[in-house]
This record gives sequence, structure tokens and C-alpha cells, in this order.
Amino acid sequence: MKLVEQFQYGLDAPICLTWELTYACNLSCVHCLSSSGRRDPRELSTVECKAVVDELERMQVFYVNIGGGEPTVRPDFWELVDYATDHHVGVKFSTNGIKITPERARRLAAGDYVDVQISLDGATAEVNDAVRGPGSYAIALRAMENLAAAGFAGFKVSVVVTRQNAGQLDDFLAIADRYGAQLRLTRLRPSGRGADVWDELHPTAAQQRALYDWLLDHGERVLTGDSFFHLAAYGEALPGLNLCGAGRVVCLIDPVGDVYACPFAIHDEFLAGNVRGDGGFARVWRSSELFADLRSPQTGGACTSCSAYDSCRGGCMAAKFFTGLPLDGPDPECVKGHGERLLSTVDEKPRSAPDHSHRRTRGPVPVTIGMRRPDRACDESPLAGLGR
Amino acid sequence: MSTEDTFDLDTAWGLTAQVSVRPERFGALLYHFGTRRLSFLKSPVLLEVLTGLAGAPTARDACTRAGVAAAELPAYRTALASLAASDMIRERS
Repeated sequence: MKLVEQFQYGLDAPICLTWELTYACNLSCVHCLSSSGRRDPRELSTVECKAVVDELERMQVFYVNIGGGEPTVRPDFWELVDYATDHHVGVKFSTNGIKITPERARRLAAGDYVDVQISLDGATAEVNDAVRGPGSYAIALRAMENLAAAGFAGFKVSVVVTRQNAGQLDDFLAIADRYGAQLRLTRLRPSGRGADVWDELHPTAAQQRALYDWLLDHGERVLTGDSFFHLAAYGEALPGLNLCGAGRVVCLIDPVGDVYACPFAIHDEFLAGNVRGDGGFARVWRSSELFADLRSPQTGGACTSCSAYDSCRGGCMAAKFFTGLPLDGPDPECVKGHGERLLSTVDEKPRSAPDHSHRRTRGPVPVTIGMRRPDRACDESPLAGLGR
Repeated sequence: MSTEDTFDLDTAWGLTAQVSVRPERFGALLYHFGTRRLSFLKSPVLLEVLTGLAGAPTARDACTRAGVAAAELPAYRTALASLAASDMIRERS
């Protein structure tokens, strides 16, 4: 059996998983896939997080991609990172850069097992801040400067490709090169608040084609997290596994311990269980009905007769779901245009249920969260700590 | 750095200290915490060769102990060379 087929039928433990530690965030990015902003009072405690790490160590999950929200605003964030690496679970964390001070950058550079990924969605402040909020470009660039000055080589600069920044790929690469970092490009998904802006932000067909050619030209030098496998339908596959790993080789643990098939699918439809349940995460991974279903042979539905189906495998499950398309049909950004034609027939789209967006919109907000979790959801005023 | 042409089957090799091995039905997953690279071992026999490296005087010996036939040796040499090139295994001194 080919390796990719093995992966389609699932592994005993994920290869890597995404773990969002908090819904709290100092930014309010318009395309936030987890609709983050305010902390959820039910978020896993330090002790519960450490128990998850213990389990990941037993399952030999080599590393976790920690995100949020903005994970570094959790007061126990560095403690949890140290705990994970002490227990042979490597960490790559995604951040907007807010807490990457010169001192913190030096400490990160001194260790081996932690990788840092700075989010940047425009090669210029104008393009970036329109999506990520005023001041966010400066925050990200300052973090990169601090990491580079501390000698942290090869950290990641992570870009969600949009219609507005698709023409800046060379500029992004120049920024990454300037700081000795590696560029990572990922796909915009209509998940979370991304659903609200997908129509205006997702790349045009011509931009997708140019992106594909650019990625082929740059090969393994640019990372994609296997994000653009739907573009394999143009012909040659891009580097990576080229398969949807949801529930098969990847999954998401959200801040309250809910386990979803993938980070872009925060919706009841893709909820497999919770790490607080009996048997913890391992039981969810190994015995949830949803995951068993995802690991069974999938049908291509309307796509089966398409000559490109073997390359693109019907594209991204989350992109289809949140644009209201059937899961066994074409991706909304199908390079053959099949998805686009179908989109005009959709009248109702599902939405991610958990919404922790700031009620006061746009622009960074000073988020600090105390060690003590609020007792009930209603105890946490969205304006707490804002001083107004 | 070792390439296919220079990989020496007759010296002692071992798994790099920063590499973790996770056995799987198809073979194993290897992860290097230093380079943050993931590799796949596509056969259980290759996994046996790899785990036997540390206790064998030479890579050739580790292959023999894992049951690799002489005719298969070039293929295993190629696989070991690529693991050496990505720093998953290192020559022991």
C-alpha cells in the first residue's frame, strides 16, 4: 500500500496536531478562523494542559502547533511550552509577535525544541493592517527583528494568501530572507470570521494559477503546510503529502478541550469529542465515530468523473463546508471552475458556532488575562481591563 | 554529509540523539527535533536495521542481522544514505 493510502486510513496517533490554548487575542483579524478575541471561561487549566502533554508524550506525538487566539497572552504559556519540550513534545507556536521581546527572543534562541511562527498577512503595513488591524505589522516586524538579533535562525513567517497580498509573494520572501527566516504560505479558509470576508479576500482564479507557478518555482524552500493540494489539479503536485489529513494524520484541540477534525473545521459537524472525557485525547483520536468515518474510503461524488480527481481529491473539506458546498463535490476554488459554478446555487451556509470575537471591533486591544479563570461565562466582561 | 556514493556500509552508525522513532504499521515515522524534519521509513525491516545500528559494528552487519539479503543491500544502502544526508543517522566514532 502506498504511504499516502496508509495515511488516508489513519494512524494510531496524529503526526502533528494543532492546539489552540486560548480564544483570547490582542488582535481582531477579519479572517480569524477561530473567531477569537475573548477568553472562554471553560479553557483548560494549567494542570489539564499538562495532562494533555503527558498523553501526547505517551502517544509519541512529536510536536504540536500551538496557536489561539494569541497563545502567548496566557500567563502559563511559557511554563506549558517548557513542560511540553521537557516531555519530548516539540512545540511550534504561532504568534502575532506581541510578547516576543528581545529577552524572550534570546531565551527562545538558546533552546532547540521550540520553533516560532510569526503571522503576517501583508508585505506592507497597509495591506497587512487592513486585515490584521492597525499596528499589527509593526508588532510582527519588531518580533522578527528581535528573533533575528537573538540569533534565532529559521523561524517561520506565516502568510495567509489573499487577493490583496497575492502580488507580494516576492516581497514576503525578501522579508523572510532579511531576517534569516523561512516563508510559509497557507490558504485562506472561509472558517470562523473568514466566512464574512471570504468573498472579498480569497484569491482570484488568475492569482491561484500564479501562486501555483510561484510555488513550483520555489519548491521546498517555501513551506505550505500542505495547504494548497487542491492546486495539484493544474498538473504537477506541490511538495507535501497532498491529501486532506483531517482526523487521519492531523486534528485540532481547541481551548476548551474540544477535539475537531482539523483547525479549519470548528463546527459541531466535525467535533469528535473532548479531552476532558473518559480516556482523554487518545480515546477520542482512536475511537470517535467521526474520525472512523473520515478514515473510511471516501467517495468523490460529483468529482469522480473529473480527470483531475486523483490529484486534488476534491480539495478542502472545511472550504467546502463553510461555503455551503457538499463535501463530496468540488472545492469552492476548484481550478477547473466547478466549485465556482456551484457556489451560485448555495443559499444557506453553516457557520462556526463558537464565537469569541471582541464585541468592540477593529484594532489591537490590550489583553491581559489573570491566573484565575472567571467562574462563569457571564463573570467576564468583554470590557474587563480595557480601562474605559 | 553523506551521499549515495559515499555512504560507507563498513563503518559504525547510529541514530542521531535528537531523533525520535515512532513505529507504524507501514514502518515508522522519524522526527528530528533539531532540523524539525519528518521522515518516513517505508518498511519494518528498515526500522529493524535502524534500531540495530547502535549495537552493530558496521551498517552492513546491522542489515544482515535484520535479515536483508545480499541482493537487497544496494537498496538499503541508498535508504541509509538518504537518512544520513538528512542527519537522521550519524557515523559513530
